[in-house]
Amino acid sequence: MSMKHLLQIYVKPYLLRMAAGLVIKFTGTIMDLFLPWILAYMIDHVIPEKNTSQLLYWGLVMLVCSFLALAGNVIANRMAAKVAGEIVEWLRHDLFEKVMYLPSAGVDGWTKPALISRLTSDSYNVHNMLSRIQRLGVRAPILLLGGIIMTLNLDVALASVLLCLMPVLAVIMWQVTARSVPMYTRTQEAVDGFVRLVREDIAGIRVIKALSKTEYEKERFDVWNRQVVERERRAGMTTAILNPSMNLILNLGLVLVILAGAYRVQAGTSEVGTILAFLTYFTIILNAMLSISKMFTILSKGQASADRISQVLESEDERQLELQIRNWMEEQTEASEKSLPQTKRYQTEEAPFVAFRDVSFSYHPGKPVLQHISFSLKQGETLGIIGETGSGKTTIAALLTGLYQADSGQILVGGKDIRKQKFGELREQIGIVFQNDTLFEDTIYENVRLGRELEESQVMKAIRAAQADEFVREKSGQSQEQLNIRGANLSGGQKQRILIARALAGEPKVLILDDSSSALDYRTDMELRKAIRQEYSSVTGILIAQRISSIRHADHILVLEDGRMLGYGTHEKLMESCRLYQELYRMQTGEGRMP
Amino acid sequence: MKPGNKLEKPKDRKGTLLRLGQYLLQHQFSLLLAIGMNLAGNLLALAGPMLSGRAVDAIGAGAGQVDFPKVFYFAGWMAACYLCSALLTYMLQVLMLTISRRVVYQMRKDVFSHLLSLPAGYFDTRQTGDILSRISYDIDTINTSLSDDVIQLMTTIITVSGSFIMMILVSRSLVLVFFVTVPLSLCITRFIVKKTRPLFRKRSQALGKLNGYAEEQVTGQKTLKAYHQEANRQKEFDAFNRDAVEQFYRSEYYSSCTGPLVNFVNNLSLTMISVFGALLFLYNRMTVGQISSFVLYSRKFSGPINEAANILSELQSALAAAERVFAILDEEPEKADEPGAAELKKAKGQVELRHVTFGYEPGNPILHDLSLKAEPGSLVAIVGPTGAGKTTLINLLMRFYDADSGCVAVDGRRVEDWTRSSLRKAYAMVLQDTWLFTGTVYENLAYGRTSVSREQVEEAAKAAKIHSFIEKLPQGYDTILSEEGANISKGQKQLLTIARAMLLDARMLILDEATSNVDTRTERQIQAAMRKLMEAKTCFVIAHRLSTIQTADHILVMDHGEVVEQGNHEQLMSQNGFYKEMYQAQYE
Repeated sequence: MSMKHLLQIYVKPYLLRMAAGLVIKFTGTIMDLFLPWILAYMIDHVIPEKNTSQLLYWGLVMLVCSFLALAGNVIANRMAAKVAGEIVEWLRHDLFEKVMYLPSAGVDGWTKPALISRLTSDSYNVHNMLSRIQRLGVRAPILLLGGIIMTLNLDVALASVLLCLMPVLAVIMWQVTARSVPMYTRTQEAVDGFVRLVREDIAGIRVIKALSKTEYEKERFDVWNRQVVERERRAGMTTAILNPSMNLILNLGLVLVILAGAYRVQAGTSEVGTILAFLTYFTIILNAMLSISKMFTILSKGQASADRISQVLESEDERQLELQIRNWMEEQTEASEKSLPQTKRYQTEEAPFVAFRDVSFSYHPGKPVLQHISFSLKQGETLGIIGETGSGKTTIAALLTGLYQADSGQILVGGKDIRKQKFGELREQIGIVFQNDTLFEDTIYENVRLGRELEESQVMKAIRAAQADEFVREKSGQSQEQLNIRGANLSGGQKQRILIARALAGEPKVLILDDSSSALDYRTDMELRKAIRQEYSSVTGILIAQRISSIRHADHILVLEDGRMLGYGTHEKLMESCRLYQELYRMQTGEGRMP
Repeated sequence: MKPGNKLEKPKDRKGTLLRLGQYLLQHQFSLLLAIGMNLAGNLLALAGPMLSGRAVDAIGAGAGQVDFPKVFYFAGWMAACYLCSALLTYMLQVLMLTISRRVVYQMRKDVFSHLLSLPAGYFDTRQTGDILSRISYDIDTINTSLSDDVIQLMTTIITVSGSFIMMILVSRSLVLVFFVTVPLSLCITRFIVKKTRPLFRKRSQALGKLNGYAEEQVTGQKTLKAYHQEANRQKEFDAFNRDAVEQFYRSEYYSSCTGPLVNFVNNLSLTMISVFGALLFLYNRMTVGQISSFVLYSRKFSGPINEAANILSELQSALAAAERVFAILDEEPEKADEPGAAELKKAKGQVELRHVTFGYEPGNPILHDLSLKAEPGSLVAIVGPTGAGKTTLINLLMRFYDADSGCVAVDGRRVEDWTRSSLRKAYAMVLQDTWLFTGTVYENLAYGRTSVSREQVEEAAKAAKIHSFIEKLPQGYDTILSEEGANISKGQKQLLTIARAMLLDARMLILDEATSNVDTRTERQIQAAMRKLMEAKTCFVIAHRLSTIQTADHILVMDHGEVVEQGNHEQLMSQNGFYKEMYQAQYE
């Protein structure tokens, strides 16, 4: 879908205000048009009578018209700016909302740089378009139309010469716009590319410097830079045709008007004053056409951006998705309730708190990441997940949080199928630390609280339990310290502890830690686990780890290999039955000469 | 809210203009050509009204007395003039487009090059989104202004002076009208420019902030979703959005008046020309044709002045944007190599720290008086609780930061006496925060060394136990790793960076938690390769798993930025101190 769709939604409510602006602008512009008309009247009627007071009277009328034109245009321009601002504010609001609610699969598909440039440079282009189009777009067509009507009024025959040119002009405009819009779209795509490169290089600046790859990165940037510039230049060259060609056609029309005028004057059907006024209107029409051509340039650029924005707005977000799934589920349940009322009651009594039931999942069809995973936890129990790099551990966390939807099987959180939960219901029960989690540019306190309505005591308790208390106090004496972007003045382990505090602070029913103590030393890690056990005893935990020592005390341990369950049970049971687990244990402890 | 927003430098408009001018002046020849074409094009267009005036005069005799040959003659000339003028205009636009794109290209290139030369610390305190906003939106604004406004400005100058001369030729008395209207236009323009300049600056800033915020939130979208923060972030975003829109409106509030105001002046002059022209006609001082030409010229005269006023307000936004771009270019880059700095080519690998004190913020030192010596080929392990300053040490070794006092030396020479790039090349490093870029697996692996064969890359991948994973990818080594390496796990990323380091020909190696996300079995499997990687290199290893560093020649135990214990494993264990405590903790 396209810009039309976008306009329908976002411009419609403003149509009344836009129309009001249009009326005001119309009045002002009409005043502009009166001036040459009065001039013609003066030359043809007032001057021959040699009446000086009449002359001054009409001069005064012209002055009043000038003032009215000024007032009307200023007011209308400001109204237009206001409307454009409000529309874009609303559009950006919706776009941001959409991006925030976009499912993870959607974000993967769009890629973050593409979403960022839609929120930034594309929305700015649309703003520019709306504001300038209204200013030019109201005035220019009125001037054009008014000019044509006035010329028709003056001399139909001469005016029809001009009117014949209009279709030619329309074809040129249409052709140029049709060609340049895709060109501007391609330009914006190249912009995505260079945004991505700059983001990447800022993130990897240390590696780039360490490997002395700055020259290489400059070359990589150069490719995008060149592409953006070249595509933009080509698009610009296409739109640059508009202005001179319209100018030319109209001016040639002017020549025709003079020739036709000569014949008409000769025949006595027209007067010189009329031709004179005609020429003045003609300048107005010409300028109006030029404004319109400029408008089309802005429009082409804006349309490319608007299309890109509406693509994102039209994609499905999580709320819509979850609603669909929930409706579907409810239908299913109703159907099954009718047929199997007994089983259902039985299930609810026995329902575990957190569980996977024969869950399979793949990011790309045909490449399964998880196959037939099952586990089940009662409230307060802990599951440890261990397995090789790339075995699908992180995917389990993503599925539990509802970031992706399982292909088959059932997932329970809080004793309830996650597909039956209302939007937000699922995630409110969960505290999670991702493997690559984000700290925001804010205070430590706010990073832990993360916008939730938490008591200060809850935040402080979480900071203490996450073993972050000491360094937070050391840094500032309190947790209000302003944190540098991406926590740059914090070490990896300190960042992890703040993230863990964030997960704990909401006193979640389910806590998921995805390899999030990897940068902690053993002692801190141990104390952290102890504190969670004591302070948050009712939490149901999912711990993903590399070290057996982090999970050996878990009630259940899941051993993963290539997305399949290799073992499931307690530490003792796995030590007996699971070869991989035994091997891991031997490797991790056997090396030490300590007990 | 942002600590990065330090007090900005006082604005120097002339300086900014001059610097912008320098970019343009690199294309002197093209610019001259453009001016020439513009001049010719506009002169041709100027001839139009004069010719049409003559034609009207030829008609003017009235019914039955039209001088047709004359009318045709002038009409023919008009057509020719307009045709040439249109051609010239198009060529001029293409030329200007080319120039402006070159300027933009050069500017982006300069900004990007400069960004890469800035100390790594710069990026720790800036929002990526704000930098992006400068390199894309701000440069774009300058670009639009250059390609459109420069032409317009030239046109203005040419047409205004041309029309003025023409009008004097037509009627001297009527020109007096402009003694009222021109100063009026100037006053209005000045007023608007003065009003809008600070507004445009604020507009750029507000947009930068909005972009910075959006970038950060999109980056952390997954986290925000998991904590159900969409609605709260929306509120904050709305505030930034509100501000950006408000600033945009405020700048528009005044700048959008320019057009109507100057149009008003035009109308005023038309009124005056009509009245006075009519009076002059009454006294037989002017013909109708002359009034017609004069009116057309006066439109030509004030039209561009109108445009010029618009341009001036647009130039304000370009200047505000340029200030922000130049602010990046004015950032202090990493200090240039000291004169006489030598290339560190065949490094022996001896590294020494002497009484080094360092802190990121003044008055808040993280390392105090640290001394240590690593002989070539030795293994130095750094252990300690998180936040003890271990990574800071790496920053100093690689010269991402320079020590506040004391000195770091390599091969007996201060690091400042080696060229920065040769010093860094002497190290291979694998960091905790792995970094991969959008490109093929092969490109990512061969990143540190370009002259490396496919076989060597595969060998390194095999040694790092990542080969079979790569083979399973859709296009094997030619698979493009997607944004931020989202399609592979963190452990796999670490293995890739280890393979990358294996391909480097460095004498010193830094491993900062290099295998923290690699599972134990794989870690075991790559141990042989790691040992080979570390062979004959001076190694600095930061690790939590004390088991991996027991064989180190020298272990530094750090706590709170100080070395609390040092020695080899046996010595440390016998000290019964902090190290032993940590060591035992992992088996509890």
